[in-house]
Amino acid sequence: MTNLTTLTIAAARDKLAKKEFTALELTEAHLAAMEKHKALNAFITETPDIACARAKESDARIQSGKAGALEGIPLGIKDLFCTEGVQTTAASHILEGFTPQYESTVSQKLRDAGSVMLGKLNLDEFAMGSSNMTSYFGPVKSPWKAKGRSDDLVPGGSSGGSAAAVSGYLAMGATGTDTGGSIRQPASFVGIVGVKPTYGRCSRWGIVAFASSLDQAGPMTRTVRDAAIMLKVMCGHDPKDSTSAKLDVPDFEAALGKGVKGLRIGIPKEYRPDGLNGEVAALWDKGIQWLKDAGATTVDISLPHTSAALPTYYIVAPAEASSNLARYDGVRYGQRVEGRSLDEMYSKTRAAGFGFEVKNRILIGTYVLSAGYYDAYYLKAQKIRALILKDFSDAFAKVDAILTPTAPTAAFGLNDKQDDPVAMYLNDVFTVPANLAGIPGASVPAGLNSEGLPLGLQVLTKRWDEETMFRVCQVLEDAAQFPYLTVTP
Amino acid sequence: MSFIIKGETGDWEVVIGLEVHAQVISKAKLFSGASAEFGAGPNEHVSLVDAGMPGMLPVLNEKCVEQAVRTGLGLKAKINQRSVFARKNYFYADMPQGYQISQYDQPIVGEGTLILDMPDGETRAIGIERLHVEQDAGKSVHDLHATKSMIDLNRSGVPLMEIVSKPDLRSPEEAGLYLKKLRSILRYLGTCDGNMEEGSMRCDANVSVRPVGSTELRTRCEIKNVNSVRFVMQAIEHEAKRHVDVWESGAQVDQETRLYDSNRNETRTMRSKEMAHDYRYFPDPDLLPLEFDDAYVAGIKATLPELPDDKKARFISAYGLSAYDAGVLVAEQESAAYYEHVAKLSGDAKLANNWVANNLFAVLNDKGVGIGESPISAEHLGKLLLLIKNNTISGRQAKDVFEIMIKSGQDPNVIVEERGMKQITDTGAIDAAIDQIISQNADKVAQYREGKETLMGWFVGQVMKATQGKANPALCSELLKKKLAP
Repeated sequence: MTNLTTLTIAAARDKLAKKEFTALELTEAHLAAMEKHKALNAFITETPDIACARAKESDARIQSGKAGALEGIPLGIKDLFCTEGVQTTAASHILEGFTPQYESTVSQKLRDAGSVMLGKLNLDEFAMGSSNMTSYFGPVKSPWKAKGRSDDLVPGGSSGGSAAAVSGYLAMGATGTDTGGSIRQPASFVGIVGVKPTYGRCSRWGIVAFASSLDQAGPMTRTVRDAAIMLKVMCGHDPKDSTSAKLDVPDFEAALGKGVKGLRIGIPKEYRPDGLNGEVAALWDKGIQWLKDAGATTVDISLPHTSAALPTYYIVAPAEASSNLARYDGVRYGQRVEGRSLDEMYSKTRAAGFGFEVKNRILIGTYVLSAGYYDAYYLKAQKIRALILKDFSDAFAKVDAILTPTAPTAAFGLNDKQDDPVAMYLNDVFTVPANLAGIPGASVPAGLNSEGLPLGLQVLTKRWDEETMFRVCQVLEDAAQFPYLTVTP
Repeated sequence: MSFIIKGETGDWEVVIGLEVHAQVISKAKLFSGASAEFGAGPNEHVSLVDAGMPGMLPVLNEKCVEQAVRTGLGLKAKINQRSVFARKNYFYADMPQGYQISQYDQPIVGEGTLILDMPDGETRAIGIERLHVEQDAGKSVHDLHATKSMIDLNRSGVPLMEIVSKPDLRSPEEAGLYLKKLRSILRYLGTCDGNMEEGSMRCDANVSVRPVGSTELRTRCEIKNVNSVRFVMQAIEHEAKRHVDVWESGAQVDQETRLYDSNRNETRTMRSKEMAHDYRYFPDPDLLPLEFDDAYVAGIKATLPELPDDKKARFISAYGLSAYDAGVLVAEQESAAYYEHVAKLSGDAKLANNWVANNLFAVLNDKGVGIGESPISAEHLGKLLLLIKNNTISGRQAKDVFEIMIKSGQDPNVIVEERGMKQITDTGAIDAAIDQIISQNADKVAQYREGKETLMGWFVGQVMKATQGKANPALCSELLKKKLAP
């Protein structure tokens, strides 16, 4: 029997349809892998009973010819998505023990399509981080190791549990959320595909909010096709989210295979700063060549406000977060530390419930919104955000897609960089602009560095043009022949 | 209407601006589908959104937008086709999200005007600064448990309009008239029931004083959440006097938020300026800017009812009423409709005004009921006036019939018929009565004929007595005059 966990979603879908194995067998194989790799700490909550029950329902639907688009496919759900009857923590102590009575729109759609939830995946606390080290439930370890070394590496963040689970064959795919790169950067670190769709494609209803104007859910999978299959299920208009777009969902999978012949690919000079990691730069050049070889033309472009993106992001995102996280006050759900007064209960609850990085960002956000500072920080950041958006609209008047590295480095050690928040923030330097502009972006695994660690390339397109993004991604994927981790069956 | 406080250093005037929170008439809450109805058991009208559960998002209730635009049109205000919802951030136990969704620098309605109807029949225009839409907070109850506070989130997310006046009011009486007029307009529009007791209309008053003749604006204090027109007037009067005392003592009035204690008729510090919240307003990223076009506004405008000011003008011109009388009648839409019904049935607008505004309103006041619960229907009152007009009954008889109508709710025609109250207009019967009175009172007849004409009233009275009040008084005097002529 083949190793069921290494199959792609597309392959498993076909084999389930042909009844080569059952959904229950497929799920059980993944539950066994989860058990075997508990040390990765990819899951905060495992839900084997739910998984088996849903797998059996899937088998029944397959038998009766009523299979959904993801029937029987075992997935992990980032623990930022509220799941009915299953603890949802956002990796924060303050929400520990919170069990929603409702299911997020995205996870509901995945459920309705027949997929099987394996459990809730670890992440940086409230999705704030680029290493998955800020989780109250402990850091996630990457399944990858540098050549000849045994020390643990980070899977990136904030969707670190999702990245580790998919790259380590614990799940066939996972949901992620991306506020400043939280899908793409970890995808790059562990050598998988991560897609952040256009802002407004996926409903945010039921996803614990970090920064509402930037948050967007997306799929994390091992192949471009799998990402296309999963994204189609995840997105679509939701009347419960006023920012979700009233647009029909394209058949992303159908866009694959159309190639890039005739497409114009923009190469932004600002993404090649002095001191850019040589291996990252070299891989980027390789990617450019692959696209040219496939018939695309490349165009040198400029996105002049790129350097302002990171500081802008670190004003907008904390500002929104400081307000979004005000509801965690110990009054209605989650943790509460009693006090002698209401104010004392608030401060004790929040002091005990939030971790360092979350407190850090709440303070920054509160500061930039304060009277006397609002104009200098928040308002100015909004103006720069508009300029960044204009950079992209100007660029997309000339090109069909933009190719950049996903992250400035490969994955770092679990114990590196902890003391320097700014160094950590620099991880998002190439991914943040897409969030600020609301455009879609994807990371495709493109090669390994000299240490044998994955590096990703990022493809950006204009709003609502995920189809072109998928076409470019697939050409890169085909050319890269990325060496996935091998596992013994 | 001038309101001057005589201080030791001179005369002071008061400068008042009012902020009214009016609950929008809407089935559902502003950003959730939960019921906005008053009176349910604790926490029975609470959705996941209202409770601030993780991942919940607000979705704007379009009915509330329509109601706000409608109110803006009723206040002859500028309607902003683009407005923005903003978060007002502060912590309180009955505010689950940790912020109130309100509007800040881009409200849905801009400047407008409200006309005060002064008691002397004059009018005075008061500026409206803005109207914005926002959600209400829940309710904390502190006296149900020794150590715990109870939270009721039924009100959490209930739609409110905050209507802010310019500092154009100059007396407690004007503030009272402003509130009554605003309530009248809101009720006409059907956008707020104006019920201050249930909290569906609440008022914050900004009060400052200045020497008469000065145009400066001195430090103001905000008196929060006053829940009746009378208390607003009392609170302003007290607060203005307090300010005069402070200034005249050589001290400064501190800008602060105060509470009015109606039991002691005084205001007390609630929050000093130093303790004032920094609300950190910013546009709510969960909601898109609210935008609509001319056609949308025109569509709402087409459905507006005739509003109090227009109705008043029409009552003056069409019915010949005084400005004051017209103002009283139009204050409530139902009263105005009632009056018009009576006026049309009776064909006598002034008689109708007398009976509605004087007799009927006195009865309603007495009973403490509104026109909707009037024991006498407009149709019956109109019929009663018709009976007077066509001389079936006298004005005096009409008062008796009216009393019976209050108690029985009967049709006046039935009452008159059953009780044989029809006025005698048969000259023969009256003639007979007169002849008898003349023959029995020769002395009075002589006095009258010698010039003591004031005796006419006595003769009429005698005839009425002889006819059990049924004789037509006008006919009586006419016949008496003839017969008594020397």
